Amino acid sequence: MNINKYDVAVIDYNTGNIDSVIKAIKYFNKSVILTNKQKDIDNSKRIILPGQGSFQFGMQQLEKLNLIDLIKKKALIDKIPTLGICLGMQLFADLGYEKEKTAGLGFIKGEIKKISTSLKLPHIGWNEVSFEQKNDLFDDLENDKDFYFVHSYYFDCSKSKNILAKTSYDFKFPSIIRDNNIVGFQFHPEKSLKNGFKLLNNFLKI
Amino acid sequence: MHKVRIAPTLLYKNNLVKGKNFKSWRVVGNLYQMIKLYNLREVDELFFFDIDASKNNSIQLSLIDEFADECFVPLTVGGGIKSLDDIGNLLKVGADKICINSSAMNDINFLKKAVDKYGSQCIVLSIDYKINKKEQKEIFINSGNKPTGILLENFIEKVSKVEPGEILLTSIDHDGIMKGYDIETIKKISKISDVPIIASGGAGSLNNFYEIIQKTNIKALSAASIFHFTEITPLDVKLYLDSKGVKVRI
Repeated sequence: MNINKYDVAVIDYNTGNIDSVIKAIKYFNKSVILTNKQKDIDNSKRIILPGQGSFQFGMQQLEKLNLIDLIKKKALIDKIPTLGICLGMQLFADLGYEKEKTAGLGFIKGEIKKISTSLKLPHIGWNEVSFEQKNDLFDDLENDKDFYFVHSYYFDCSKSKNILAKTSYDFKFPSIIRDNNIVGFQFHPEKSLKNGFKLLNNFLKI
Repeated sequence: MHKVRIAPTLLYKNNLVKGKNFKSWRVVGNLYQMIKLYNLREVDELFFFDIDASKNNSIQLSLIDEFADECFVPLTVGGGIKSLDDIGNLLKVGADKICINSSAMNDINFLKKAVDKYGSQCIVLSIDYKINKKEQKEIFINSGNKPTGILLENFIEKVSKVEPGEILLTSIDHDGIMKGYDIETIKKISKISDVPIIASGGAGSLNNFYEIIQKTNIKALSAASIFHFTEITPLDVKLYLDSKGVKVRI
């Protein structure tokens, strides 16, 4: 029996700073747990997969913690709202090419590729997020607002219906993707002040 | 469009301080008030350096934990980083990026290990340099107190292979003087570095910010004195840049 103990489970898989994600969720008075325990994740209404670092390292960590099947079940069968932030979003792809070719979770059709640009990498700092289509995630949010990015790889998304917004760094890449209950942000909403908080709040409503 | 970032720097030595050429420190205010103010003003990013951490051999984790709770803007913390655990501990209490200085000059492998473990996106390499007696640009460590014998340009070439996320490049000679950034050096270094550069040291007027953006490809500028000793705020800087056609987040 699922008792939905927590509003949000933030998955702890040893990738970078997640304190600010927790802080942001608490700001909305939601119960949140940072966890890699099967039971906690299974008992939550929503999952957030945060993360920084390499694609390969991220998948290895999830595997080591034996979380891949559970996350797949929650996202694809139970269909609970599932959010990936930065590396977390990238892990939703079929394949990644950072370090070595590595299979991802395969939630949203696409591959993770290195940004090809004459500009310096990582793409770091504030950049505009431009809507490609209407979505309830954008309630109360203006188009072309700035969000905080830190990444060198991008989600090359196969289906345009999954691309909700794009951002330009020499070329345009998907910065928000979605397939029903599964949502990915390439930027860090938890570090993007008011607009980031609006987006997070909208995710907490789906 | 990618925006130019303006990042205020806070220096801590029992209190908030600011000096000239890394010396003659003056107390410039209360840490918590300043963090609250910058948080309220929604600055692009905030740098915090504990300049005695190295000397005292201790990182004040509880202090950083406390103010990181108040801080919703991207926060980079530096000072006294000597081990991978130091980095992990600071990330846990809420720092977003960690700035490594002396430890990287002493052992570039340490920088590499930090990047491998935590990812380039959260490792900032901080380099302080000044013109030495031989008229060369030499890197100094321990808050500008100790010459390393390492020349700036030689080191930058090595660093590009290690791929930290950013390099915070500070001219000790320009620091606190408020007469403008060391444009010539920053331009040169930015050309040879694959890693994005954050320019630091010398901003004293609105035009100083515009000057360096116009003459280099720098996308991030840090400043301290101008925000402590004048009425100018980070927002004033961005409004000025915006009026000159520079893309900033307002």
